[in-house]
Amino acid sequence: MAKEKIFFDNASTTRIDPEVLKEMEPYLKQHYGNPSSLHDYSDKPKKAIEKARKQASDLIGADKEEIYFTSCGTESNNFALWGLARANKDRGNHIISSAIEHVSILNPLKEFKKEGWKVSILPVDEYGLVNPEDVKKEITKDTVLMSIMHANNEVGTIQKIKEISDIAREKNILFHSDGIAAAGIIPVDVAKLGVDSYSFSAQQMYGPKGAAALYIKKGIKIKPLLLGGIQEKGRRAGTENVPAIAGFGKACEIAGKEMDRNIKYISKMQQSLIKGIKSEIKNIKLNGHPTERPPGNVHISFEFIEGESILLMLNIEGIAAASGSSCASNALKSSHVLLAMGLAPTMAQGSILFSLGKYNTQKEVDRTLEVLPPIIDRLRKMSPLYKE
Amino acid sequence: MIMYGKKVMDHFMSPRNVGEIKDADGKGEVGNPVCGDIMTFYIKVKDNKIVDVKFKTFGCGAAIAVSSMVSEMAKGKTVDEALKITNKNVAKELGGLPKNKLHCSNLGADALHKAIENYIEKQKNKK
Repeated sequence: MAKEKIFFDNASTTRIDPEVLKEMEPYLKQHYGNPSSLHDYSDKPKKAIEKARKQASDLIGADKEEIYFTSCGTESNNFALWGLARANKDRGNHIISSAIEHVSILNPLKEFKKEGWKVSILPVDEYGLVNPEDVKKEITKDTVLMSIMHANNEVGTIQKIKEISDIAREKNILFHSDGIAAAGIIPVDVAKLGVDSYSFSAQQMYGPKGAAALYIKKGIKIKPLLLGGIQEKGRRAGTENVPAIAGFGKACEIAGKEMDRNIKYISKMQQSLIKGIKSEIKNIKLNGHPTERPPGNVHISFEFIEGESILLMLNIEGIAAASGSSCASNALKSSHVLLAMGLAPTMAQGSILFSLGKYNTQKEVDRTLEVLPPIIDRLRKMSPLYKE
Repeated sequence: MIMYGKKVMDHFMSPRNVGEIKDADGKGEVGNPVCGDIMTFYIKVKDNKIVDVKFKTFGCGAAIAVSSMVSEMAKGKTVDEALKITNKNVAKELGGLPKNKLHCSNLGADALHKAIENYIEKQKNKK
């Protein structure tokens, strides 16, 4: 009964690269010192953090001094919003963001509103793109901050960040971008993107959980989110997660080195999976942008059926994927991203995200294409919405 | 995926009584696509007894398992007995459901009751 397991949920997290694990091990074992201590035990951990800082900065074209380590992507996004807004509140009280941001942006923004800030949430088109013209229209004299994600974590849509950041720059508005679903997966250059801050995380690029970073451009004022010691130049208190940070650095280095190869390798499987589903299964829709999406993102709606049922049946076949269906979410709400893109409720319910990564193989794609059509057929035959 | 128990998974993977009854004596539907579950039940009644039940369900694993269980519970019961089946009984028979599924997906008994009401309505009109 044991079936070969297939992990097609690389958007949620990734398998750790053995080289990354090797990099982390000494800091879990013999080099356990606190980097802030004033004795020899701090030497190696301190050096490991600075090495990782360089590796992380190289991946996104930043300077080493512009990288601040955090515990996760959510913290990086929270830090950027609260830190930038609080440090610049004398300039205004208006923030602009988009309807498809991750909850680690949208939920803080709800709190901002409660605290008296004005928040504009921009709509997106059917592909999930923010229209730069909409950004222009929303700007007021009180706008201090914009937050638009780089690649969407569900449908993958890559935004026109440069165009939007140019608008922000012209009006002297701070620009944050959540790059968690982009960095390490597609080429990122913070200077070319024109961002003032940028979040990225280790677990999306074959690194460990528990390490992420916020790029903060030199000269930008920001207040810390966590208060305490003076780690990270006083901008992020708390003893550094040295093993995870060391692993994060290595993951960044590897991601940079393997970028071209991975994009080529993963895109090929992505195209094969999309093509196979399109030819084998009727009444489906590829969600997201036709071209502006990361390699590996295959987000499909299967009409007439519900995503959690599909996930359960795939799981029995050993295939791990994700869904934007309300039944598959703890909050029992359909994906806000899909609804913002104007997808009909039944199509949002029937959505599945296969996210492919560097450890997947064409053989796994082929097996998925074998088991998926009968699963869809079986569920459709049970559905009152489906008429043959 | 450890959210569902053995019995739920069994009914989900091998649902009983899936389908439609063309000349059904009663038909009932509950749910909507926004919340994620739609259940349609068909019943055949003879001498006040439910002799056949079929269902079609759009929904999550719990919704499909619930529908299957309700169909099994209702078959062979008199109309009055079947009206006493509650969503709570169904969840219990399935060995429990995850808390967040108790309300949205546990509508099988409601759909069955609607089919029975539809049958009773039709009987009245016949007279």
